[in-house]
Amino acid sequence: MRLIFRWLRENLFSTWYNTLLTVLVIWFLWVAFSGLFQWAVRDAVWSGGAAACQQARQLAQAEGRSWGACWTVIPENLKLFLAGTYPAGELWRIWVCVYISAAMLGLSAGVWRGLVRDVVVALGAAALVLLVLPFSWTERLWMFGIVLALVVPLGLRWVARSRIPRVRWILGGGWLALPILVVWLIGGGGPLPKVESTQWGGLMLTVLLAVIGIVASFPLGVLLALGRQSTLPIVRWFSILYIEIVRGVPLITVIFMASLMLPLFLPGHLRIDQALRAMIAFTLFTAAYIAENVRGGLQSISRGQIEAAQALGLSHWLTTLFIVLPQALRAVIPANVGQFISLFKDTSLVFVAALLDLFNIGRSILANPQWLGTDREVLLFVAFVYWVFTYAMAHLSRRLETILGVGER
Amino acid sequence: MSEEIIICRDVHKWFGDFHVLRGVTTTVRKGEVVVICGPSGSGKSTFIRTLNRLEEHQRGQIIIDGIELTHDIKNIEAIRREIGMVFQSFNLFPHLTVLQNVTLAPIWVRKMKRSEAEDLAMQLLARVGIAEQAHKYPAQLSGGQQQRVAIARALAMQPKIMLFDEPTSALDPEMIKEVLDVMRELARSGMTMIVITHEMGFAREVADRIIFFDQGRIVEENTPDEFFRNPQHERTKLFLSQILHH
Repeated sequence: MRLIFRWLRENLFSTWYNTLLTVLVIWFLWVAFSGLFQWAVRDAVWSGGAAACQQARQLAQAEGRSWGACWTVIPENLKLFLAGTYPAGELWRIWVCVYISAAMLGLSAGVWRGLVRDVVVALGAAALVLLVLPFSWTERLWMFGIVLALVVPLGLRWVARSRIPRVRWILGGGWLALPILVVWLIGGGGPLPKVESTQWGGLMLTVLLAVIGIVASFPLGVLLALGRQSTLPIVRWFSILYIEIVRGVPLITVIFMASLMLPLFLPGHLRIDQALRAMIAFTLFTAAYIAENVRGGLQSISRGQIEAAQALGLSHWLTTLFIVLPQALRAVIPANVGQFISLFKDTSLVFVAALLDLFNIGRSILANPQWLGTDREVLLFVAFVYWVFTYAMAHLSRRLETILGVGER
Repeated sequence: MSEEIIICRDVHKWFGDFHVLRGVTTTVRKGEVVVICGPSGSGKSTFIRTLNRLEEHQRGQIIIDGIELTHDIKNIEAIRREIGMVFQSFNLFPHLTVLQNVTLAPIWVRKMKRSEAEDLAMQLLARVGIAEQAHKYPAQLSGGQQQRVAIARALAMQPKIMLFDEPTSALDPEMIKEVLDVMRELARSGMTMIVITHEMGFAREVADRIIFFDQGRIVEENTPDEFFRNPQHERTKLFLSQILHH
């Protein structure tokens, strides 16, 4: 207590003008945020469905005061936010995807050091926080499963390490196979009933589009960057042409072309799924930007590094693979993660392909007369979810930089 | 007379309009230690860089260990495997540990087993006196230590010839000795060495022959004794007086 007072005196009230400033700032904060506080917390409706909100609003109108937020729109529409119009009976398939991914993360955290373990701890903590929120008991059970899926494989790591010699390769292969497995589980086919991609939606679709876009565009972008520096004229000209054309076109146009014009050019029997077309559009678009970022990294490698590798007898490809790329890619982590963050947010443009991601599901909920007037609540929630994901990406990238920066000082 | 491992006949090179090498002719025998000196811009660095094709010569002939340097990339890579090079600015790979720096080429170019390559690397690191730093990154070492790692890295390919391009010029004075000691030891072990350096004490002690470069030509070529005691050309005398009495 004494310490707090001392801190206050030293930092906020040390001189007469500091005191004045402190008082002014507190007054300003009160004016600016008391309204927000009243709306978001004091007068807010937290449960009871649309009817409760209507009641509260009518009461407030009758008394002639402003009414509070209708937060209940979020839990009431949670399924839509998370999975869109995905058939309720098939929701378990999404849970299975989440579980498999969590288990893979847990196993990887056991095998690899550092970053993956941080991710696991952060996700586990997030899942535990969700458990406290007012969900139904069945939903809590599902979520607790995530924690288990993360932690149990972590415990299995000694088994995995001692018995299976090539455990890293197997895990790496598992990660490569994961997107295909997830797309199959969600989309169906074979023994699983098919779920058209027009029914995929919400956060699930956003994450799916972003992850597949990131995973596929990164290697493509690196290849394009290398291609742009190639001594083979055809490869070089193709790369330059591709990069400059794609960068000259707005993303929304690329998605529009992929979803509406591509079917016109393809033979009738060859139908590519709508969501798949969007994924291809995001991948091709992002790859061009990644390529330019990576090119910047490639050019930052000093001539001496390449000469030293050549003097050792390393071929052009070995030099690129072991000397140039590792240093170049590390140097452009911030730029690339920036690109990935903007890809994550740009997934909201899929509405031109008639797909409803997190943001557009929000808009469709607002179009429902029952939830009329909850724009602020829905948009704030959607913005918050985007922020959580993009902040996590930014944070991971900074950690990755520190870990990979061990050689530099 | 032992066999000639490097033969240069009338080597010319231009950078654009600038005629850097104007007909260099010399031979180096196996096990010989040759020191090259001369004013900056005289083409000495360009010359030893043509020997492993970091620079391309445009006229004349270079034959290394019986293989002529041509545009054939296979030839070039074969020759580079036999020639180690140490640079003024070390050029260690900053993202790899010392051990990885040394084992990279043996594993991927010589196709050596990892364990074998690591044994060899540890031997070499012990030889240059930094075995205990094997798991550090280059940036964590001093300049002298980095240059010794660079020497170990070049030796790991078990080359027949070692090129040194001003290996001590970027070092603080107190670190020069530790690098020169390693080079002395290497010279005694019978390695064929071509060294560009301004360390005249080292040249006098270790070199079998000194080559003096000026304006892209070999001006004078002699044993250290004769070179220092009785220089033939005015240019050499001027250079020596500047470098010895500064």
